[in-house]
Amino acid sequence: MHSKTILQAKEDLRQKKYSAVELTEAVYQRIDSVEPKVQAFVHLTRDIALKQAQTADQKLAAGEDAPLLGIPIALKDLICTQGTRTTCSSQILDQFVAPYDATVAGQLKSAGAVIVGKTNMDEFAMGSSTENAWHHPTMNPWNLERVPGGSSGGSAAAVSAHECLAALGSDTGGSIRQPANFCGVTGLKPTYGRVSRFGLVAFASSLDQIGPMTKTVADSALLMNVIGGKDPRDSTSADVARPDFMKALERDVSGLRMGIPKEYFTSGIDPEVERSVQEGIKTLESLGMKKVEVSLPHLQYAVATYYIIACAEASTNLSRYDGVKYGHRSQKTDNLLEMYMNTREEGFGEEVKRRIMLGTFVLSSGYYDAYYLKGQKVRTLIKQDFENAFEHCDVIVAPNAPVTAFKQKERIDDPLKMYLSDIYTISANLAGIPGISIPAGISRTDGMPVGLQLMSKHFDEESLIAVGHRFQQNTDHHLQQPSL
Amino acid sequence: MKYEVVIGLEVHAQLKTQSKIFCSCSTEFGKPANENTCPVCLGMPGVLPVLNKTALQLAMQACLATHCSIAPMNRFDRKNYFYPDLPKGYQVSQFALPLGLNGYINIQMNGTRKKIGLTRIHMEEDAGKLIHGENLGSPGKSYVDFNRTGIPLVEIVSEPDLRSAEEAREYLTQLKAILDYAEVSDCNMEEGSLRCDANVSLRPVGQEEFGTRTEIKNLNSFRFVQKAIEYEVERQTQVLEQGDAVVQETRLYDSNKGVTFTMRSKEEAHDYRYFPEPDLVPVVIGDEWIQETQDKLPELPEQKRERFTQDYEIPEYDAGVLTTSRAMADYYEKSVSLYPKPKIVSNWIMGELLKELKNDEREIGECSVKPEDLTDLLKLIDEGTINAKMAKTVFEDMYHSGKPARDIVKEKGLTQITDSSAIESMVDQILQINADQVEQYKNGKEKVFGFLVGQIMKESKGQANPALVNKLLKERIG
Ligand SMILES: [Zn+2]
Repeated sequence: MHSKTILQAKEDLRQKKYSAVELTEAVYQRIDSVEPKVQAFVHLTRDIALKQAQTADQKLAAGEDAPLLGIPIALKDLICTQGTRTTCSSQILDQFVAPYDATVAGQLKSAGAVIVGKTNMDEFAMGSSTENAWHHPTMNPWNLERVPGGSSGGSAAAVSAHECLAALGSDTGGSIRQPANFCGVTGLKPTYGRVSRFGLVAFASSLDQIGPMTKTVADSALLMNVIGGKDPRDSTSADVARPDFMKALERDVSGLRMGIPKEYFTSGIDPEVERSVQEGIKTLESLGMKKVEVSLPHLQYAVATYYIIACAEASTNLSRYDGVKYGHRSQKTDNLLEMYMNTREEGFGEEVKRRIMLGTFVLSSGYYDAYYLKGQKVRTLIKQDFENAFEHCDVIVAPNAPVTAFKQKERIDDPLKMYLSDIYTISANLAGIPGISIPAGISRTDGMPVGLQLMSKHFDEESLIAVGHRFQQNTDHHLQQPSL
Repeated sequence: MKYEVVIGLEVHAQLKTQSKIFCSCSTEFGKPANENTCPVCLGMPGVLPVLNKTALQLAMQACLATHCSIAPMNRFDRKNYFYPDLPKGYQVSQFALPLGLNGYINIQMNGTRKKIGLTRIHMEEDAGKLIHGENLGSPGKSYVDFNRTGIPLVEIVSEPDLRSAEEAREYLTQLKAILDYAEVSDCNMEEGSLRCDANVSLRPVGQEEFGTRTEIKNLNSFRFVQKAIEYEVERQTQVLEQGDAVVQETRLYDSNKGVTFTMRSKEEAHDYRYFPEPDLVPVVIGDEWIQETQDKLPELPEQKRERFTQDYEIPEYDAGVLTTSRAMADYYEKSVSLYPKPKIVSNWIMGELLKELKNDEREIGECSVKPEDLTDLLKLIDEGTINAKMAKTVFEDMYHSGKPARDIVKEKGLTQITDSSAIESMVDQILQINADQVEQYKNGKEKVFGFLVGQIMKESKGQANPALVNKLLKERIG
């Protein structure tokens, strides 16, 4: 039961093959058996979930329908949920309970979802391995010695290990797509502004975006029908009509032009990754898509630009964690300055502190023009690169990460190397365009999943869904399972 | 050496909105601590600001009423610093692109008009308030009240065009009047809706470049602004005359001691690390919106002053006093419409009414004597029911008791004596008692006539019709 996709479970529930409570219990049984190894969750909300499942069963019995009625879903632990903890995998928020639901949490609940628990992540979404987590790291279900990627590593691992039917993650520089890739699941980062950020604990406001992490593209389409839309509580949410993403599953993709950016296939890419990606491109060609070469010349500046802008925003977004109002407060507080310094020294992990310092530096007077302002200019150039490329193609097809999931502790002490694992995903965030990672094979050297990345124009998630779904109809990469 | 004083003021005025600038919390003053708060203004994790359009509208009115040009795009910045009353660790403000630029207001000094430039007007959110435990019976602790957090403000920055403490005060008076007229702010200093920082420097007369300035922060009354500047000018003069240099720093004013003192030096100044607020999208302000706001702008104090001198033919001084607040001007115009003798009405408002209000430190809006009541009183004089002197006593009574003039006159039996025979008998009586004075008068000492009138009025307890007394006395003693 726990290994079902959302669409399968919906059909089973409708046909009364099992109840929502049974499904939820099956998911928790799975969690009980694999969670000690995977550690995908920060905390579970079993009692609440069972109540939600009971309610779902009542509604099902009454013949009511809702898009996610009775479907067990996990949320990354930076999506606020009213009445239960939202920790961001940080000591500073370990006991924080929001008095409000994030807009997406509310949307899931209204759609009848059962919230299983809150998944692990790199602290405040800062990291690419879910090792920067205060409570515990998360392991890759495909190989417990390897990382699940990050920062939404808990959500990816939970979906991959069937500890939920689907999950929500957030993507600031690849935090949905890279862990989806590493764990062999589907991860969609919508257009910036498509999904409300209200209640998403901010890392970098101009880059953060919530999106689905699922077993199939079709499930992502279904979740996209639930989350998103203009939110009066988020000024940056776009006033763009939400299409029926399920309709995109029926679209024919033959004749669509796929742009292959040459800069994504240069040095540094693992040969096995390249092989799977090239095979994926062949598959798409066999579906009638036309290959065109495109250029994204400013790719080489993306990582630097990203770390300037993301850290600048993060450094001030995280100022509110000062020990005054909520969250951790140091006991060593003889005066105000000490309270601030000790609270933040104790409450934040190394990577968070590194990024706060970096961000503070690039915004400081005397450095602002050279870093932040220049970063914004390069961001504009990167956006223009994509605009130019999309004049010649409908979707861009590229690798998602240069390597497969690396070993635990392998990169944790080398921030630069860690930052480079996001090199292929970061540009989409800087440009604000949507991107999806879909399973595209297994590396023959390490047995780990490889992902294929598709990117499209602003608010054209439908093309990603159409192409991704066709791809999954014609391949079985997404059906590969880790043996836990 | 003779020095010229150079002053620039930064005024923070609260925009009179019902709700805060980025959330729907009430802006009502005087609520229990932290009652007007929500996750947004408390800076809880994951919450986002949404701009209150009314705040932007009022800020535009402030800009247009002070002849500022309006930025085509309204964008906010974050001003970063740590303080417990600042829940997000940054204040949402405007730095690079203020809403308004290059405006001015006119002030009147000793009958001449002077133009004071405005550098900029920008919008920002207010911070909260710290309450120290000593006041709550728990010394050593500090508490925060976030009710003010997120109250919309405009900061109005003047050019260094002011040359004396009096000019600074006059500038504030005019600015307050403009904000009041344009319906931008209540400008209530007690409730903290108007606050001022003053930049003060001296330079030798004739010198072009400015001297080193100090900034005096958080002045919360016009009087303190004037006093603090006067003190600071005196202090800087002494420093310079001793051959020392003024230190650039931020100072505070101690209103009890009447002195300014160092708050922080230039070296300790914050680096606020301003950058564009990514949680708010820029708002485009089209020409149409600006024009519409301009068209809806009510008559401003200067225009009103001119109209009063022309339409009511009252002196410029009167017009100035009567237009210091919109409520006062409205009071005056209403009164004149009920009793069309503009100068008499002006005299009564500037005299009796303002005297009472000043004693009580109240605003005209809080006055129980309404235009209808005042003009009824003036009509009683014209009708001859009471005389002007009696009217002043009646007015005092009206102001304190809130009763209508006619009731007071009736209750106290204050009706003027216009009966000739009654007055004649009083005249007889006084002439009898003051036979010597009558003799003196007849011998040409004319001043005695006034004395006799006074005696008769006194005898009548002030109620005799003065004109009649004069007439009858004249008949009797020629
Ligand atoms: Zn609020």
